[in-house]
Amino acid sequence: MTEVPRPPDFPPASLRAEALESLLVERGLVDPSVVDGLIRTYEQDVGPLNGARIVARAWTDPKYKQRLLADGTSAVAEFGFKGPQGEHIVVVENTPTDHHVVVCTLCSCYPWPLLGLPPSWYKDPAYRSRIVREPRTLLAELGLELADEVEIHVHDSSSEVRYFVLPARPVGTETLTEEELVPLVSRDAMVGVARVAVPSLPG
Amino acid sequence: MDGIHDMGGMHGWGATTIEPNEPVFHATWEAKAFGFGALSARLSGTNLDAMRHAIDRQHPYIYLVDGYYGRWLACVETLLTDSGVLAPGAVEARARRLRGEDVEEPGIPETAKPDYKPTGPGSLRPLDTRPRFEIGQRVRAKTMSPRGHTRLPRYVRGHTGTVILHQPPHVLPDTNAHFLGENVQQVFAVRFASTELWGEGAERFDLTIDMYDNYLEPAP
Repeated sequence: MTEVPRPPDFPPASLRAEALESLLVERGLVDPSVVDGLIRTYEQDVGPLNGARIVARAWTDPKYKQRLLADGTSAVAEFGFKGPQGEHIVVVENTPTDHHVVVCTLCSCYPWPLLGLPPSWYKDPAYRSRIVREPRTLLAELGLELADEVEIHVHDSSSEVRYFVLPARPVGTETLTEEELVPLVSRDAMVGVARVAVPSLPG
Repeated sequence: MDGIHDMGGMHGWGATTIEPNEPVFHATWEAKAFGFGALSARLSGTNLDAMRHAIDRQHPYIYLVDGYYGRWLACVETLLTDSGVLAPGAVEARARRLRGEDVEEPGIPETAKPDYKPTGPGSLRPLDTRPRFEIGQRVRAKTMSPRGHTRLPRYVRGHTGTVILHQPPHVLPDTNAHFLGENVQQVFAVRFASTELWGEGAERFDLTIDMYDNYLEPAP
């Protein structure tokens, strides 16, 4: 029988992380302020707001949208978005007839410069296993019901190419400005597991 | 390697849910695991592919039970141990001492970083040969099952699809992870019909996956 490869009193992750830090810091191999800086960057600065700005621009500037779909990497670099896990960006567009959704079945590759670090559901074995096999069922379970005639396109991020979904602009947002559109664009819509919700506009 | 990490198409996982307003990290240790993970290739003298392979190599029990950042933590320890920066068991011993156990810590080992130097930053490299397959061409994913690192998941092996896009040339993870050369090669986005992958009863959709030249052969 398979044995659990650890003793019952194996120290928990929290303690092992502290141990690793103390070992590396005492030998001068790591500067704690560098680690803290990395953490702060992804906790505070790099997140889905970056992607939302791209989407709002593409919705309001047809020439930008054209550039974004033709060469995602340089179009997002116009905003200064680049760096780890963003070496090459391919943008796919969701429309009323075609729905794109992104996964990484082998680990959890994700376009960090545009969306930050991946959420738990994206890293969940249930998502990684099922979205490449029964996407329509899984998307419905996540609250996104797609009509039978909508074609589903799944993208498995197996190379260093990172996929970014340009969601469909919701009906009823025609009068909104780029700045007003930004907060409507959700992280989940930019991975392809949600639509951008129609805002309740003041009558 | 045909490990637990290769999850595409597995049955039995049940449902997943989206956590509303999820924090980036759920605990301080997750943030630290991320921070050290982000530095681990540099600290161990390795690379991103070796890092992924260090995650793939974790025991399936640990892979599943420790979760995403637990795997990062384990991966950092694996890379640093392989490179002789830390002795095997050093992290566990220090953790036990931190909680007051009287255990002996192993000494500092002899450094054994790989003899390896990347030819450029990141994983993309220029390549001056023409792509072997044209857009629209039918190709088959090879049936291969290497013991080492690969980015060819089981669920596409042996199946036939269509090249839809030329991606930029990359270093080959299969050799780069083991410091056996960058083997820069064309990457192709290949589209498969769901019925090709999962049979006639499958949901109707298509799946696109990036395939390194080494993973492909002309369709029969």
